[in-house]
Amino acid sequence: MAGSKPPPSASPPVAPAAISVRVLFFASLADLMGERRRNLNLPAGSTIADALRDMATDVPDLAVRAPHVSFAVNEAFVTADAPLSDGDELALIPPVSGG
Amino acid sequence: MIVELTSDPIDVPRLIAHVNQPSNGGICTFLGVVRDNAEGRPVVKLGYEAYESMAVAQMRTIVEDAMQRWNLDAVALSHRTGELQIGEASVAIAVGAPHRAEAFEACRYIIDTLKTRVPIWKKEFFRDGAVWVEPVSSQPSAQ
Repeated sequence: MAGSKPPPSASPPVAPAAISVRVLFFASLADLMGERRRNLNLPAGSTIADALRDMATDVPDLAVRAPHVSFAVNEAFVTADAPLSDGDELALIPPVSGG
Repeated sequence: MIVELTSDPIDVPRLIAHVNQPSNGGICTFLGVVRDNAEGRPVVKLGYEAYESMAVAQMRTIVEDAMQRWNLDAVALSHRTGELQIGEASVAIAVGAPHRAEAFEACRYIIDTLKTRVPIWKKEFFRDGAVWVEPVSSQPSAQ
């Protein structure tokens, strides 16, 4: 607000709030990750692509698989540039083979 | 409407009974069954895994789309999960319609669409190992 005074205390800049996301892995991706779900803490404003980069530091092959993976947030298909919010459920969906 | 995932054998007569309504003159059913080979390699059994809550939601959307498009009043769709033996039904569809053309078309639409975007995965077990079946052509799209 124009003309408003700065906060009185000399508090350090506030770090970006973190968000926590539940990530689900299925089929071959569950095999690759060695788990079926994990909780991931990310900076606020992170996208699915950011989440993938974070997880690929543990499991580099995830980056290799990513072009053939679809994504759902809270059970709706989205693209990798979709933003994540605190409490979201992110599912990594390999090519499907039901029927 | 019946839309379900089940770890028990699919009760096909129940699906047919659901769509056998007085206003219908035709019932089309489709069963996907476990084949004993994959491109010539002997298969001993299959396993199906699902993202269950989303799979049911997607199956329901597909059935609702079909019911609206072909003006149907009764459709049943059931998909198995878990381990299946050769010859067992992995998926069953029953569509009732006043006339056969709509029943055939809607049944075809439901199975074809299910295969492209319902989050279910098939694992083929061979005598010497197992593989997840993940055709890149079936990659679901956000659009």
